[in-house]
Amino acid sequence: MKAIKKVIVGAMLACMPVLAAASEGGVHLDKAPLNLQDQASLQRGAKLFTSRCLACHSASAMRYNRLNDIGMSDDQIKAELELPEDVKVGSTMQSAMDSNSAKMAYGVAPPDLSVIARSRSADWLYSYMRTFYADQSKTSGWNNAVFPSVAMPFVLADMQGEQAMEDGHLVLKTPGSMSVAEYDAAIADLTNYLVFMSEPAILVRHQIGWIVLIFLSILLVLMYALKKEIWKDIH
Amino acid sequence: MMNLLKNLIGWIDERFPLVSTWKAHLSEYYAPKNFNFWYFFGGLALLVLVIQILSGIFLTMNYKPDALFAFASVEYIMRDVQWGWLLRYIHSTGASMFFVVVYLHMFRGLMYGSYRKPRELLWIIGMIIYLALMGEAFMGYLLPWGQMSFWGAQVIVNLFSSVPFIGPDLAIMIRGDFVVSDITLNRFFALHVVAIPLVLVLIIVAHLVALHEVGSNNPDGVEIKKHKDANGVPLDGVPFFPYMVVKDGVAAVAFLMVFSAVVFFAPDMGGYFLEYNNFVPANPMKTPEHIAPVWYFTPYYAILRAVPPMFGSQFPGVVAMGVATVIFFALPWLDRGPVKSIRYRGPIYKTFLAAFVVSFVGLGYLGLMPATETYTLISRILAVVYFAFFFLMPWYTKIDACKPEPDRVTSK
Repeated sequence: MKAIKKVIVGAMLACMPVLAAASEGGVHLDKAPLNLQDQASLQRGAKLFTSRCLACHSASAMRYNRLNDIGMSDDQIKAELELPEDVKVGSTMQSAMDSNSAKMAYGVAPPDLSVIARSRSADWLYSYMRTFYADQSKTSGWNNAVFPSVAMPFVLADMQGEQAMEDGHLVLKTPGSMSVAEYDAAIADLTNYLVFMSEPAILVRHQIGWIVLIFLSILLVLMYALKKEIWKDIH
Repeated sequence: MMNLLKNLIGWIDERFPLVSTWKAHLSEYYAPKNFNFWYFFGGLALLVLVIQILSGIFLTMNYKPDALFAFASVEYIMRDVQWGWLLRYIHSTGASMFFVVVYLHMFRGLMYGSYRKPRELLWIIGMIIYLALMGEAFMGYLLPWGQMSFWGAQVIVNLFSSVPFIGPDLAIMIRGDFVVSDITLNRFFALHVVAIPLVLVLIIVAHLVALHEVGSNNPDGVEIKKHKDANGVPLDGVPFFPYMVVKDGVAAVAFLMVFSAVVFFAPDMGGYFLEYNNFVPANPMKTPEHIAPVWYFTPYYAILRAVPPMFGSQFPGVVAMGVATVIFFALPWLDRGPVKSIRYRGPIYKTFLAAFVVSFVGLGYLGLMPATETYTLISRILAVVYFAFFFLMPWYTKIDACKPEPDRVTSK
């Protein structure tokens, strides 16, 4: 009996490090410095997202006024994100470009980004947006270390500058409008925002989870006391 | 007041067997008093069933079984429906937790010989529940209409097309189309929310009826009905109500704590309860590089892949997978040991059971991994171990050096 228990527990524990290692994948990814409590960061990320990404990518499950959750009022959303007259704050985020012309331009329709942080991962996104490099063999003139031969051109080149791949290392050739630290921080904000956008409930579920667990712990103590009381005559 | 209640119960009792049913199944139904940890999982499975039905009803109110809208409607539930994210996580966590408790419940049966005479039918009904549950989970997994939903269903339905002669037609009949499509989604939705739950509830009732007919086994594997007092009450039994109800109640609260920890803090469980690739909408034109079923199917998936194609057909692997699932039905007749419980079994059975657990967990792990050469080799070895546990059972249970069973149940 004890031996069996040991075997099972042992087998399960033995699997864990392997499982963890297996989920890492091939390419090295940098750890995204996420902080979902940082509303200023989330708001900066939202602005970067709506001003840059939304030109081609939609986030059709995301309503603008969901940004209320990260501390933006409806008026702020309208003003700071420069919503066009015909877009209401209750609307979902639709790209300016229709998917057919996008397909004509890039050969593939830009994917919807509503849940992109869930299908990729925060680390993947954080690394991806920092590893574009110039590559003349590609039609867009760009390539990516995390996503080789990606169809997307590097739209943040004015911010990061132009990198080149030399002996398997990325080297910044022409600086952009931001320093390396500034650019990394901007991408961290954007990644932070994408994680929030992929699951807005993430901001509340931990808090609710603690309340539920505290309630259940108290219930557990009471149930156990009740069980002890009822079972006291059974030997 | 009390008089009024008494009169009411009397009035009902003349028209419906209320008091006698209460007595027969709760207050005068006796369960062995030496139940241990492993005996919590049957009740917990019932709890998960209720959780799944309730959360499922509310999901159904907001979900759209349409290939064009299904994926978006799940995100609508996650964002725009009040508490929708909670309903969805409860349901997705419940699916995995259902298999966790059912696998532990079945393992309890293996350890203590709960399938042995007179509980063969109880075991068989339980196995039918398990198969129905697999169908329920498989069909439900198509509904979010993500890449893994779509390609998982595509792979599994294609297995049927490897059946000789009727295979291709069979696969079309299941899908209702030549590929997994909107039509498939619609019929899987109907089966998932109406047909299989109805069947499940019916056979679960049958499982309980059979259980209450023969009574529970216990960690000692001896019958408590052998020793009764003057009133015909088993000496080692306790009434289900209130004793087992409060004991199971403690387990239920502890279980809900684990359940809530997953729901609120790790709803995707690192990609094992909700696969990352399933957050990409289904795309029939784009096959994912790596298709892995959800963890509870992976032991069988690994067995399927472990068998090499023969005569240019995948069918042998499909047969092996099918046999691996239904072989449990034969357990009551494969086991020829003189004792039921692992407590009194000899070292050979213990070794085989431990090896079986290792093979099941190992295959489960390998089923998640890409089929590399090394992994396939290990899968083959573990698949042999898996089947050896069953096919050699008549032999090793017979020759094993068992200890004598006690006359009555023992307490710790």
